[in-house]
Amino acid sequence: MRALIVDDSTATRFILKSILKEIGFATVEANSGAAALHKLTEDSHFELALVDWNMPEMNGYEFVVAVRQVSTFASLRILMVTSETDVEQITKAIEAGANEYLMKPFTKDAIRDKLQMLGFDVGTHA
Amino acid sequence: MLASPVSFDFDYLRRIVREKTAIVLEAEKVYLAEAKLGPIVRRSGSASLTDLLRDLRSQPWGATHQQVVEAMTNNETSFFRDLYPYEALKNRMLPELLTKRAHVRELNIWSAASSSGQEAASIAMVIRENFRALDGWKIRILGTDIAAEMVNRCKEGLFAQHEVNRGLPAQYLVKYFDRVGLHWRLKPILSEMMEFRQMNLSALWPNLPTMDIVFLRNVLIYFDVDTKRTILTRMKSMLRPDSYLLLGGAETTLNIVDDYERVDFSKFDAYRLKNRSSKA
Ligand SMILES: C[S@@+](CC[C@H](N)C(=O)[O-])C[C@H]1O[C@@H](n2cnc3c(N)ncnc32)[C@H](O)[C@@H]1O
Repeated sequence: MRALIVDDSTATRFILKSILKEIGFATVEANSGAAALHKLTEDSHFELALVDWNMPEMNGYEFVVAVRQVSTFASLRILMVTSETDVEQITKAIEAGANEYLMKPFTKDAIRDKLQMLGFDVGTHA
Repeated sequence: MLASPVSFDFDYLRRIVREKTAIVLEAEKVYLAEAKLGPIVRRSGSASLTDLLRDLRSQPWGATHQQVVEAMTNNETSFFRDLYPYEALKNRMLPELLTKRAHVRELNIWSAASSSGQEAASIAMVIRENFRALDGWKIRILGTDIAAEMVNRCKEGLFAQHEVNRGLPAQYLVKYFDRVGLHWRLKPILSEMMEFRQMNLSALWPNLPTMDIVFLRNVLIYFDVDTKRTILTRMKSMLRPDSYLLLGGAETTLNIVDDYERVDFSKFDAYRLKNRSSKA
C-alpha cells in the first residue's frame, strides 16, 4: 500500500509518516497541493492521500477538486487531515470528493479508525 | 503475585470497586490508580492518595467514595466501535426486525454499558440513515451505565473533538451534530430516540421493556465468571426468542451459560436464546 502525505508542516508529515509506516504503508511526502499533484501525475500508484487544508501553492481543497477531475486518480482515497473544523468546510471537502475528514489534533487510533472506514486493512489494534 | 509496591491501600480500593461495580481490578492496575485518582485527591484536599484512602476507609460511604469507584472504571468507547456489529445491525438485524415487528411497530434497543453514549448514538445513526421505513415506529434506545458522570454526559449528548474524530464518518458528523465551540452536540433527530439512566448491571435490575437488540459490549470483560453468569442469566428474561445480544470482541457466553446460541454474521458473532419455542 502506498500513501501520499500532503502537508506543509514537516512535523506533521513526520508524525503521519510514522503512523502510516506502522500500519504498513510506504509513503511519499509533498509540502503543497501543487507538489502533490505533480507527484501523482508522475506516478499514480497511490491508494491513499492524507491532505492538509491550508498550504501555500494550492491548498488541500483545491487539490481534492483537481484530483477528482482526473479519471486516472479515481480510486485514490483521500483523507483530509486539517485544523479546519467548520461544518461548512467539512461539507465542502466531502462534496468535492474527499472520502473522509479528520480534525487536528489527531491520535494514532483516530487515523487507524478512519483508514479502516476507508476499507484499508489496518491490522489489529496494538 | 507480588506484594503491591505502593504505599496506598490498593486492597481497600479493589474491595470497594468490586463491591460497587463487580469490576475486578487486576494487580497491574495499581499503577493506574495514582493517575486516575489524582484529581480526586487534589479536590478532596488530602495530602496523598494514601491519606485519602485511609480517610475514606474510616468514613461512612459518601460521594467521594462513589467518585473514587467511578474513576476506576474504564470508559473507553468510540462511535461505530469495531464496525462489524453495526454492519450486521444494518444489513441483517434491523431488516429482519422490520418485518417481524411490523404488527407492533415498536423496537427496544439497549446499550447496557453505554459509557459516554457513542454506542447508543451510533445505533441511532444506523436507524436514521438507513431505515426511513421505521419513521412512524416507536423506537427507544435505552442507554444505561453505572457511572453517574457517564449518564450525565450521555444526557447532554456533547462530544469533544477527539471523540468525534474516532470512528464517526465525516458525513454523519455534519449531518447529525451541531458544532458548539470546541464540542459537537447530537441533533434532536437522534437524541429524541435515546433515553439514559443509571443502572448497575451487577445489582438488582429495574423494570425494563423486553429488548429486541441488546448491546452488552466491553463490560463483561471486567467481571469474574460468577458475575458474568448472573448477568447473562438475567439477560435471558429481557430477550425474546428472536432478539439479539451483542457482546464485545473478547467476550462470549460460551462456557458461562448454556442458553445462548451464536449467530454468525460476517466477521462478527451475535447471540440469541437457544430455546426458540418458549416465548413467542
Ligand atoms: C469500556 S466501556 C464500554 C462502552 C461501550 N459499551 C463500548 O463497547 O464501547 C465500559 C462501561 O461499563 C460501565 N460499567 C462498569 N461496571 C458496570 C456495572 N456493574 N454496571 C453497569 N455499567 C458498568 C463503565 O462505567 C463503562 O462506562
